[in-house]
Amino acid sequence: MAAIAPPRENESPAPAPKGLGTGSRPPGVFTDHLFRWIALASGLLVLAILGLIAYTTTKNAWPWFRAEGFGIFADNWDPPKGQYGAGAMIYGTFLVGIIALVISVPISLGIGLFVTEVAPRRLRKPIVYTVDLLAAIPSVVYGLWALAVLTGPLADIYDSISSATSGIPLIGDITAEPSPTGLSYMTAGLIVAIMITPIITSLTREVFATTPQPLKEAAYGMGATRWEMIRGSVFPHSRGGVVSAVMIGLGRAIGETIAVALLIGSSQHISAHIFGPGDTLASIIANQFNEATGIQRAALIGMGVVLLVLTVGVGILARSFVNRYDRKSGAVA
Amino acid sequence: MQRSFVRRCGLVVAALALPVLLIGTGASAAPNTGKLASATLNGDGSTFQLGFNQVVIGSFKPVQKAVTVNYQGNGSGAGRTDFVNGVVDFAGTDAPYKSTDPQPPKPFFYFPTVVAPITVSYNLSDVKLKLSADTIAKIFSGAITSWNDAAIKTDNPRAKLPSTSITVVHRSDSSGTTANFTSFLTKAAPSSWTLGSGSTVSWPSGTQGATGNSGVAKLVKDTDGAIGYVDFSDAKASDLTFAAVKNSGGKFIPPNLGSAAGAAQGATVNPDLTYDPINATGAAAYPITSPTWILVYQDQSDANKGAAIVSFLNYIYDQGQQLATSIDYSPLPKSLLKQARAQVKKITVAAS
Repeated sequence: MAAIAPPRENESPAPAPKGLGTGSRPPGVFTDHLFRWIALASGLLVLAILGLIAYTTTKNAWPWFRAEGFGIFADNWDPPKGQYGAGAMIYGTFLVGIIALVISVPISLGIGLFVTEVAPRRLRKPIVYTVDLLAAIPSVVYGLWALAVLTGPLADIYDSISSATSGIPLIGDITAEPSPTGLSYMTAGLIVAIMITPIITSLTREVFATTPQPLKEAAYGMGATRWEMIRGSVFPHSRGGVVSAVMIGLGRAIGETIAVALLIGSSQHISAHIFGPGDTLASIIANQFNEATGIQRAALIGMGVVLLVLTVGVGILARSFVNRYDRKSGAVA
Repeated sequence: MQRSFVRRCGLVVAALALPVLLIGTGASAAPNTGKLASATLNGDGSTFQLGFNQVVIGSFKPVQKAVTVNYQGNGSGAGRTDFVNGVVDFAGTDAPYKSTDPQPPKPFFYFPTVVAPITVSYNLSDVKLKLSADTIAKIFSGAITSWNDAAIKTDNPRAKLPSTSITVVHRSDSSGTTANFTSFLTKAAPSSWTLGSGSTVSWPSGTQGATGNSGVAKLVKDTDGAIGYVDFSDAKASDLTFAAVKNSGGKFIPPNLGSAAGAAQGATVNPDLTYDPINATGAAAYPITSPTWILVYQDQSDANKGAAIVSFLNYIYDQGQQLATSIDYSPLPKSLLKQARAQVKKITVAAS
């Protein structure tokens, strides 16, 4: 786990550079204190900012919570009628996140294993750089690119998948009613998958790289092939780290805004048709906030609170997974 | 050492204060007529009037070089809220304040600037459509799903209608265009349109959302059998085909600048210059016509800003009206223009 959590700070500080101390104090003590306070303040600042965000958004969203109660989870978003249930958006947020993970996780693990175990040494750096470069592209560029290039061909693909699978129970329902414009849960999920691949890849790659050499050599020594070695040594060692990388990827996925807002088709209804339009929490906030007044405005801010809670929840879940696997496998963090 | 530091600080303060004092006296000495004193006017709101405002602001700048006008298109709702909170000097809105909204704290004016039609654009090759409000309502609520439906045939007895299925495209962002379009359907087709009106409505599942007028235009252009509502200038820019819409007099009227002005003329204008050209009477009125206003407070306590805003409004009602047609907005009808000019005179500017 050392790869994800930064190594714990050493309790006894390393000797500080000389010459900065004043008076009769031992050199370095003052700067060491200063460092300690600055570090503490930085740590507390993060908590304070998060707390303030949670406080002000909840306060602004209060009229919505009070008016709707548990109705905030209902599937009835209809501003002209004064109904503000966010059920369809919460559903859409998870659906897009799951689609993104299903596409992204196998690819990310594949890249991670390729870079650490398979690729020749001189290929590793270029691949890592290229994958990291994906993370540097702004969300809106992905969205506009997909809108200009992908949605048309995707609509045709969805249409043929849908007609090929119609009649099959369950699967036929999921692929039914494909969107003729290509705007759908699936398109949004596909683009989000590309966007979260770099983060999952770089986290898993570092986790794989921490597998102790003796563990691997032991597997090879017993006559294991490369895949058997990966299955027997690398995977058990990195399970906690991989799960946590996936969770961090999910956290990023559910917060994606502009690309999703452009590609999901903005239909505020719970629908099983993944090739049809839907909406997510982040995208409806981006789309409707400008003109919103009264309860609708409170509801949109409230969905921000829901999103914050979901993201924090996913983060905590990730932590608990990591702790459990670490204890089980006895891996030293 | 310490004294020299203090002295240096004093010098810095004096150096900073001197030009401020000079500017202060210079500005208050400038006259209110002719060339105006330096002022910056900040406005925001309606994206519908953004195109018009940009052109007017651009050509107003050489006339009053010392005046800078900024306008940000962040939506009518945001504009009305910012105006109430005093964040901006003026605001653009496509709808008057509702009684349930927070109201501006001081007396203010609505200044109508231009009007423009909202088109019902579609993608069907070689078909010129005529549509009644009832048919449009049925299409956009999902009651009609294919182009050869009986209701569309009734409106277009001679057209060759294909059996293509209809793809409804709407705005995914909240918008004054949606508000005006749904307001038309609520008024003109109350029995077929049950989704209500507002800047966002609950569109039926299976309909497609796109961002902005240009987003809807692109989706309609790219999708065979698609239909959507797009403002006139974007529909023209994207080369879309649009339907003639049946007005309250029973005539099918194509959207253009003349028929939009006809709608503004046919509408009843309230004393505060708010009016509703949607589904207005008049034989030549296009029924889905969007109004838009600039909001300005009556009492302008800042002399320079007040003079600048009066000058800017006068410019809108003078050269601005001629500029409008070149960018596909329709100028105000003469009667409304006269009332608006009279209202500009009611703005009271503090003496400098």
